[in-house]
Amino acid sequence: MLSTILAQAIERPEIDWHAVSPELLLLGGGALVTVIDLIFLERARRFMPTLTSLVFLVALVPVLTLWGQGDDLPRVMWDGAYVVDNYSLVLKGLFLLSGYVIVLLSTNYMSEGDYYDSEYYQLISASVLGMLVMTSARDLVSIFVAIELVSIPAYLMAAWRKRDLKSNEAGLKYMLMGVFASAILLYGMSLLYGLSGSTKLSDIAETISIGESKPIITLAIVFTVIGFGFKVSAVPFHTWAPDTYEGAPTPLTAFLSVASKAAGFVALVTVVIIAFPGQAEVVEPLMWVFSALTMTVGNLIALRQTNLVRMLAYSGIAQAGYMMAPLAVYGGIEDRAASAVVTYLVIYAAMNLGAFAVVIIAARKTRSAEISSYGGLFNYAPGLTVAMTFFLFSLAGIPPVGGWWAKFEIFRILTEGNEVGGISLAVIAAVNAVIAAFYYLSIAKQMWFMPAPDGDETPISIPPSLAAAVGITLAVTIVTGVLPGLVSEMTDFVNVALP
Amino acid sequence: MFLNQFLIFAAVLFCIGVYGVLTRKNGVLVLMSIELILNAVNINLVAFGAYNSDIGGQVFALFIIAVAAAEVGVGLAIVLLIYRNRRSIDVSEADLLKG
Repeated sequence: MLSTILAQAIERPEIDWHAVSPELLLLGGGALVTVIDLIFLERARRFMPTLTSLVFLVALVPVLTLWGQGDDLPRVMWDGAYVVDNYSLVLKGLFLLSGYVIVLLSTNYMSEGDYYDSEYYQLISASVLGMLVMTSARDLVSIFVAIELVSIPAYLMAAWRKRDLKSNEAGLKYMLMGVFASAILLYGMSLLYGLSGSTKLSDIAETISIGESKPIITLAIVFTVIGFGFKVSAVPFHTWAPDTYEGAPTPLTAFLSVASKAAGFVALVTVVIIAFPGQAEVVEPLMWVFSALTMTVGNLIALRQTNLVRMLAYSGIAQAGYMMAPLAVYGGIEDRAASAVVTYLVIYAAMNLGAFAVVIIAARKTRSAEISSYGGLFNYAPGLTVAMTFFLFSLAGIPPVGGWWAKFEIFRILTEGNEVGGISLAVIAAVNAVIAAFYYLSIAKQMWFMPAPDGDETPISIPPSLAAAVGITLAVTIVTGVLPGLVSEMTDFVNVALP
Repeated sequence: MFLNQFLIFAAVLFCIGVYGVLTRKNGVLVLMSIELILNAVNINLVAFGAYNSDIGGQVFALFIIAVAAAEVGVGLAIVLLIYRNRRSIDVSEADLLKG
């Protein structure tokens, strides 16, 4: 045993430095931010947001250069445990850009409240690093480490307002459910390892995909999928989400409902597509039930919310239901199901971050997230109202803004197989889209036509960082909707490198 | 090689852990129940690793031990925060936010 360990230790694996440079740059940048905070203490506080956003942008450079060398992809490292392919590059770009937008959203919120802000930015970069690792991980160990690297800083950030009982409670609920979910997930993973004798997803696929069904295989798959179900807040494992979203600082809510949820989806898609291609008859019904329940329950509860942050939280749960739908019919069309999910994730990230940016700007004046407080917004902040209307139309899936294309892709995948499962899910999704349109548009109505609740119509001052966040997200939302060809090119480009 | 005994032991440990998470109201005891589940996973991994004579399972178990330590560190910090603010770590009393 010892000799095998030594032999493995001495044989140094080849490292493709270019392929791992986004992760390394983000790691180095995060360490730099930490060291600067330790040396300069209070004096560094003002530079932290700028420095962190620069780190994200610098880490984006190697993602683009790797993208430019499309012919060399996929780059496989460490015996297939770590793969840089088109799928992971698109997602890395998405995570770095959403990290950048989250920093823009947090800048004023953090410096104006009585928070520890330097540490906050260090934790954000740690969490985004976990997401980058997640996109490339093709091994149970690295997937587990990545998902924990995403979650553990997020538990701390959810409880960031130390003296606020609501924030404490948000952190406690998120932490307990998150750790419990990881434990369930790990039990499933340990059974998968036992069945296949390897932690690599491609080896697992070979062992359990002979088409035979054993109770133990089903058990392992069910535990694994339920573990991920907690992470992406699928109904009935969603109970932590609304509480955490309401109690956490609002920029962090945006982070959790977009980036952190997307990371959970990436893990789910990677495992299902690569490790379970032969077990579609076990996974598909499970995903069908999750998807139908998630979109229906999420929408029905969102319908009667009076607080916009809670409504966006429930609508985020409902959107997760649509994202899961392609996995209910993935058998045989693994690649296209994955790219439909990724397309939805990219567009969802832009429109939802945008909506949260508007909520944060409006709360600077109204000090409230109640839907009634948005009355008269058009009179004193017309630009903001128009931007929010675009985001709401996009979330509802109304052309010409991005959301419709994301939903269209989902419906196309669901209906093309002409199977009962896919078509029935498409019908449920269509009914849900109508329910969702109702509550999204009622907010638009509030902003455009209702009077301001207290008659106060002094204009809002919009800080440049928040204006930039709205600008970036609005540009992505509109471009993806007006030029669907661009998105479909990306969709064709996103293909998971199957072993 | 007796694989079954280890798997049954781990399954029992897993069930005790899940029962503890669902019924315990004390925050620290919930965390300890989660630790039980993680230990069940470790037993599974080491037993499978020894059965398949593959070292991957033991490496995975080491990773789980390390990450679980970080998780519990953060978890206890949050429980301590709750205790400071409300002098109680009863999870069922944390009901300001209604799902």
